[in-house]
Amino acid sequence: MDTRNSGGLEAEAPQYEAPRAKRRGSVRANVLTPYLFMVPYLILFVVFVLIPAFFGIWMSLHQWDYFAPVKEWVGLDNFAELFTPGTITYELFWKSMGATGKFTLYSVPLLVVIPLIVALILNQKFRGQSFFRAMYFAPYVLGVAVIGILWRFLLDRNVGYVNYYLGQLGLPDSIAWTSALPWVWISLVGVTVWWTLGFNAVIYLAGLQDIDPALYDAAKVDGANRWQRFWHVTLPGLRPVLLFVITITILASANMFGQSYLLTEGGPGEATQTAVMYIAEEGLRNYRMGSAAAMSYVLAFFLVVISILNFVFLRRKEP
Amino acid sequence: MDFDQPVNRSYTRREFLSVGAMAGAGLVIMSGCGGSTSPQTGGGGAGYSGPNVELDFWNGLTGGDGPYMVKLIERFNSQNENINVKMSAIEWDVFYQKLPSAISVGRGPQVALMQSFYVPTFAARNIIMPLDDVAQSLGLKASDFTPAVWEAGAYEGQRYGIPLDVWPYALYYNKTVMEKGGLDPDKPPQTGDEFISALEQLKAEGIEGWWIEPTYPTVNWLFQSLIPQFGGSLFNEDLTEATINSEPNLEVLTWLTDIVGEGYSPKNVGTDTDDTAFHNDKSAFMWIGPWQINFWKQYKDLEWGVTTVPKVGAEKGTWAGSHNFVIPQQRNQDPNELQASKVFINWIGENSAEWAEAGQVPARESVRETQAFQSLKEQNVFADELPYVHFSPKLPGFDDIDRNALAPALNQALLLTKEPESALDEANERANELLKESRETYEG
Repeated sequence: MDTRNSGGLEAEAPQYEAPRAKRRGSVRANVLTPYLFMVPYLILFVVFVLIPAFFGIWMSLHQWDYFAPVKEWVGLDNFAELFTPGTITYELFWKSMGATGKFTLYSVPLLVVIPLIVALILNQKFRGQSFFRAMYFAPYVLGVAVIGILWRFLLDRNVGYVNYYLGQLGLPDSIAWTSALPWVWISLVGVTVWWTLGFNAVIYLAGLQDIDPALYDAAKVDGANRWQRFWHVTLPGLRPVLLFVITITILASANMFGQSYLLTEGGPGEATQTAVMYIAEEGLRNYRMGSAAAMSYVLAFFLVVISILNFVFLRRKEP
Repeated sequence: MDFDQPVNRSYTRREFLSVGAMAGAGLVIMSGCGGSTSPQTGGGGAGYSGPNVELDFWNGLTGGDGPYMVKLIERFNSQNENINVKMSAIEWDVFYQKLPSAISVGRGPQVALMQSFYVPTFAARNIIMPLDDVAQSLGLKASDFTPAVWEAGAYEGQRYGIPLDVWPYALYYNKTVMEKGGLDPDKPPQTGDEFISALEQLKAEGIEGWWIEPTYPTVNWLFQSLIPQFGGSLFNEDLTEATINSEPNLEVLTWLTDIVGEGYSPKNVGTDTDDTAFHNDKSAFMWIGPWQINFWKQYKDLEWGVTTVPKVGAEKGTWAGSHNFVIPQQRNQDPNELQASKVFINWIGENSAEWAEAGQVPARESVRETQAFQSLKEQNVFADELPYVHFSPKLPGFDDIDRNALAPALNQALLLTKEPESALDEANERANELLKESRETYEG
């Protein structure tokens, strides 16, 4: 892990200024340089993010079947339908938004706290440290298809290992982990935490190593105990990392698709059909791309609002 | 995607001889185990003499049946020097999403297979071409196909699909488990009463005899197998209104949920674990299609049999689907490619006795009468069901209703979290809404 600190960067700064002063003649080149470096990424960003995003708005204003020769302009009808109670689209869409909301609510706190604890432990010096770091990260390497099918079998009510071992321990052994409420949520959240905690832990770990050890020494000299050092040194030091982790975890949870698709197939009924699942169903299977695009924008709107709130609350408060 | 490579290779000596023999005697000598012969009919499908063409052939045969199709195509390619068929197997679910988008950007395949219940949707959306002239120039006649199978490839009076095979639901039984339960393993139940009393007897021995998987599409096809037996249907005659909550359908769903309620089936059976239970000698029965035949054959210790569906209602009946050849719309249809596609479709159809080894029943009666097919014991049980097979309603957008109205209702009823009556009422209401929506989509 990188152990540079801010002191080092400041020391190098003058060296960076000096050669630039000599090349005053080519100011234009200097202005363009950073942008030229960004060009490859910018091209990808424009082609695969920006254009589709604006194209999506255009689609959401049409009855858009990409195979139909004429795409009928419907204005805001697709959006209006999402806010008209009584239609089936309204019912299924908000049900799926509810499922996404529930999953986000249950999974985000766990995915913020547990990886932090894991990172704090892995940040200690002990034998086999690298082994455990690798082990906690390992599940993240697997694709969602692998973990989905793996856990579907492990968690099966009738033939799964989880119930089998629960039975061996004398515990209830007929829990329908993948097809009954509330167990489906416990399974989905549990599997997701197991699967992705390594990623958040690695980010925390990098953040922890970025905290100046001198601050801990100073705190110790001041007589701070472990808990006080965590509260007054570690947490404030992690604030930008925490903001990042919370933001990306909320976004990842709100975009959950594969786990529900494979583990519970959206069931029981459609209790675990998430918003992204329903959007895919509406757009790709039922060919109502316009309506699906409108749904994506409603979902995106919620995510933007949540992300802004997140930034407002966690932004570093300048004195 | 496993088969996403051209199956083009040089002749083996044996194949070379076959081709020679065909040219000489007008007969195709089949290589492989059967060694039987099939007549080579004339007409528009017999030959293609234009420049070399390459045909992309898409289908969803990602399971155990894929390799059989690849084998057939290899033989086709070696016998037709100027046609090279390249098969891509894409999971059905993805296939139906990928096909329209590929065609819309002009990169669609020249030929594809499609499950019969998707044909009306794709026909109504103009994604596939009417094939009446193809059927005519191939000399295909309804009389060579079972009427129900032939009809499944038509929509609004036009033909869009050339049926390759047919796969009805039937009853598989595990002989070991039946014996364990004190049942005669050579006398599988033939009626609903016999079936229930067999389940009762198994239950007394502590065996959950039939694991009902309550998820799409397995349960939808089971439900559609039973409702014709009780005189039920999903829609009225002209498909303008849903009849999902009709009395016969409720009777069927109650019969099914009682099986779970009585403990003849475990609750909350997970996807595919009904298979697992069957081949591990934990369950005695399974209602499913012929694709299971080769799956069971992998398990050497498994003692199993298959019989026609029990008569639970007033008359026998079962649900069936069929793989149909379709030709996607092309922006600029190349007449050479079209002719080559016809030759290909016809050739596979005529040689479908080999395809039957993959588990399916050939759609053509002339092929079902061949020695090669007659010798396939299990497949013939499914063929026996042909007089009373029922296909899904020929309604554009039916798959939407199947997944979003019917599936959740059946799922919740069989998980015993919703009463059958209210489940079907809700499904019916949704189906009518979706019907309205799809009318706007497909007719508006």
